[in-house]
Amino acid sequence: MTAEVTTNHYLVLSFLLFTIGLFGILARRNLITVLMSIELVLNSVNLNFIAFSYQHSDLTGQVFAVFTITVAAGEAAVGLGILIALFRLRETTQLDSAAELKG
Amino acid sequence: MSGADLLFYAFAAAALLGAVLVVALRNPMYGAISLLGTFLAVAALFLLRHAEFLAIVQIFVYGGGIMVLFLFVIMLVNLHRLRETTKYDRQTPLAAVLGLVLVALFVTVFALASFGPPLARPEAFTAGAQGISGNSQAVAWLLYRDYLLPFEIASIFLLIAMIGAVVLGRRA
Amino acid sequence: MRELLWLVPVLPFVGALLNGVVLRGRIGKRAVAWIACGVVALAGLLGLGIVAEHFGGSGHHAAYEQEIYTWIPAGPLASTVGGVRDLEIGMGFLLDPLSAVMLFVVTFVGFWIHLYSVGYMAHEAGFQRYFTYLNLFMGAMLLLVLGDNYLVTFVGWEGVGLCSYLLIGFYYQEEFPPYAGRKAFIVNRVGDFGFLLGLFALASSFGTLRYNEIFERLAASPELGRAAYVGGLSLAGFVALCLFVGAIGKSAQIPLYVWLPDAMAGPTPVSALIHAATMVTAGVYMVVRSNVLYQLAPEVSLTVAVIGAATALVAATIGLAQTDIKKVLAYSTVSQLGYMFLAAGVGAYTAAIFHLLTHAFFKALLFLGSGSVIHAMSGEQDMRRMGGLKKYLPATYWTFVVGALAIAGVPGFAGFFSKDEILHAAAAEGRWALWVVGLATALLTAFYMFRAVHLTFHGEFRGSEEEKHHLHESPRVMTVPLVVLAAGAVVSGFIGLPPLFTGGRDWNVFHRFLHPVVAQLPGGAGEGHEMGAALEWGLVGVAVLVAGLGIWLAWVVYGRERGLERGRAWAARFPRAHRVLVNKYYVDELYDATVVRGTWGAAHALHRFDAGVIDGVGVHGARNVTVTGALLSGFFDKYVVDGLVNLVGAVLNLFSRGFRRLQTGYVGNYALVLAAGVLVLVCAWALLRRF
Repeated sequence: MTAEVTTNHYLVLSFLLFTIGLFGILARRNLITVLMSIELVLNSVNLNFIAFSYQHSDLTGQVFAVFTITVAAGEAAVGLGILIALFRLRETTQLDSAAELKG
Repeated sequence: MSGADLLFYAFAAAALLGAVLVVALRNPMYGAISLLGTFLAVAALFLLRHAEFLAIVQIFVYGGGIMVLFLFVIMLVNLHRLRETTKYDRQTPLAAVLGLVLVALFVTVFALASFGPPLARPEAFTAGAQGISGNSQAVAWLLYRDYLLPFEIASIFLLIAMIGAVVLGRRA
Repeated sequence: MRELLWLVPVLPFVGALLNGVVLRGRIGKRAVAWIACGVVALAGLLGLGIVAEHFGGSGHHAAYEQEIYTWIPAGPLASTVGGVRDLEIGMGFLLDPLSAVMLFVVTFVGFWIHLYSVGYMAHEAGFQRYFTYLNLFMGAMLLLVLGDNYLVTFVGWEGVGLCSYLLIGFYYQEEFPPYAGRKAFIVNRVGDFGFLLGLFALASSFGTLRYNEIFERLAASPELGRAAYVGGLSLAGFVALCLFVGAIGKSAQIPLYVWLPDAMAGPTPVSALIHAATMVTAGVYMVVRSNVLYQLAPEVSLTVAVIGAATALVAATIGLAQTDIKKVLAYSTVSQLGYMFLAAGVGAYTAAIFHLLTHAFFKALLFLGSGSVIHAMSGEQDMRRMGGLKKYLPATYWTFVVGALAIAGVPGFAGFFSKDEILHAAAAEGRWALWVVGLATALLTAFYMFRAVHLTFHGEFRGSEEEKHHLHESPRVMTVPLVVLAAGAVVSGFIGLPPLFTGGRDWNVFHRFLHPVVAQLPGGAGEGHEMGAALEWGLVGVAVLVAGLGIWLAWVVYGRERGLERGRAWAARFPRAHRVLVNKYYVDELYDATVVRGTWGAAHALHRFDAGVIDGVGVHGARNVTVTGALLSGFFDKYVVDGLVNLVGAVLNLFSRGFRRLQTGYVGNYALVLAAGVLVLVCAWALLRRF
């Protein structure tokens, strides 16, 4: 911990955030929580980009991160729209209530 | 330990705490608040890495936009008052396994990889037109000159998302 | 008028057609009788007219041939004598002295027998059927004797065989007559086989079957006939032998005589006409017609004579012990036919035909007389139950006696002249052994014939009271033919007077008439050695003595009201011999055991083979194979083919059931799988660095 903060640290953090987010996507039943976990994952990705961009002194990473944020925004909007629609249909946001395609 | 390193560790801890809380808390409202905390921490981390523009964008878009959206929806659907039956579903063990595999993967890669000294040329982050300099300008130059097409496509994407959201949100 | 020659055989066929087809079941008995007798009378008169016209006048005795059409115009034959020539067989008629004589015999005797039948069959059912068959027979017989080639004769030959079968089996409702008819036909057939072989040999050697063509060519070059042919025989010898085999069958000689006694199952007029006067003489006619061939093959001629003589003797011995009056006459016929072949065998062809003529008269007379007796006896034919019929049937009695005298060879009657000529011919040729046999036969003939006379007409009546009441003379329609035939039996002898009795003058009309037929070969008909007049008179005397001896012996044993007792005493003295004679030397039994059973056995074996092997293996086997094949095919289809199809389905089912479980419908699961997949790829890349 007394070492200088390097890209490695950022990668570790990013990885941890990613794993936590992934766990949340896969393990939680509430759709809202799943969506929030998705945002978490995307954030970890952004962190990764920034770390490497700083590493290589290349601004491309930051630009890419901009696009990632854009996509995340759009995806959040649509996802929440789906959630509202699902709620209207099922009176709940539990994911296992939307298993119509079973079989 | 320098002050930057200290700040890093602090904000990293905050981010992680927030993330864990998002996944662990039952009430989505609380989860949303903690997610907001994570976003802010991440924005700070951006700043520590010379991504000033992106940090602000992060706060604006994620904090100001997406989180608000989330809170709106939660409150619209009265999710904070709904009783949730189960928090974690059946495939949780599998997901844990997956996580462990991921850990193993990362450990392997981490052990094998190494990275050189960072920020060889800090001036790259502030390059722009003559006289004008700063991270925003630098990003702007890249965005509107080299990556114009992706930028335009991104805007179309946002349009589509907007239309999609509207359609999905309509009462049948 | 002789262009109408073809009408002579056709007229009886017309009669048969009318009675058998056109007017069948539609006319009464009188009409039937008129038609049947009418056509025969017409044919006879027409024949007589043609003969008179042809042979009268300038007195030429040449033949008249009438060709109707070409029947078989086959192509060239390579193996004829004298190179290649076409085989051509026609259909036509020949009028020459021999056929004229036969024509007369057939129509004259035939007509009177037709007339007699009207009375005899008056109470029978099947009256019309009877006359249809009888007319049919007449037509076939005339075809036989008037044909100008061997094939037309053969057609008639077979035709009379058919009619014989039909008429023997006339009482088909009973058990025995059909059997007898079949026996006659089948035994005849054996002989016909030989006849056919002879025809084939002739046709392939000469390219024709016409009498005059063949005989003229042989007369011109006799070496053709003497050329070696097959089996050590010359051509003429082979043909002569084969044709004689046919004659053996048709004319009931040893060994094919067995059908004739059984043929007595038919109505008595049938026996008279067919089995005495005409059909059975066809063999003799055929041999005499082919005399050229026999003269070129002396060893075959000798065979003919020997067989004839043997048959004459053996048949006569059997006739001694018979009790059925018709059977006696049947064996007598066989015996007399033997005489005719004896004559033909020693070269005395004219004598043979002469005896044929006289025999036709007296044998027909005897048969019709016996028919009259049977008619009076209400159907009884066993002489042991007769006796003393003389006073009830006078006309029958006297005509019968005339016939008996004729056959015994008593001078003045026809049989004497014809039989004497035969014996004389045998002696003249030096065949003394045959002469002795003929003489012995004459003795026996006289004996058995007068035995029959005594048993039937003399002594006490041995029948039942019932039968006695019915005894009556036959109607005139039956007795008139008897008288006419009796007259013939007397008169017909005088046309063949030998020079011996006429003091060297040739008054033998018959002989002169037939001369052209029998003298076709250069060297003439063998007249044999000249014997001194004394020797000749001596031979005649011996014959007369023998005849008288026979008649006297019959009187001794059976005459003067003695009836059966002496006969039975003699039979008791020689029981074994008697039994052998009564059972006809067991020849029928021998044939039955060998030929008949053999054929049956072969037929049964073949039947078993057919049913067992061919039907069993072949048909049933094929069926089994097919069914098994179908079964296997079915199994294959059901289990293999369908199994495969089902297997495909089952596999698909299995997979889809498995894969279905992937579709949980739960988004979380999909996400997990997605993540896992990505992870796998990344691991792979990390490990392999090959991305």
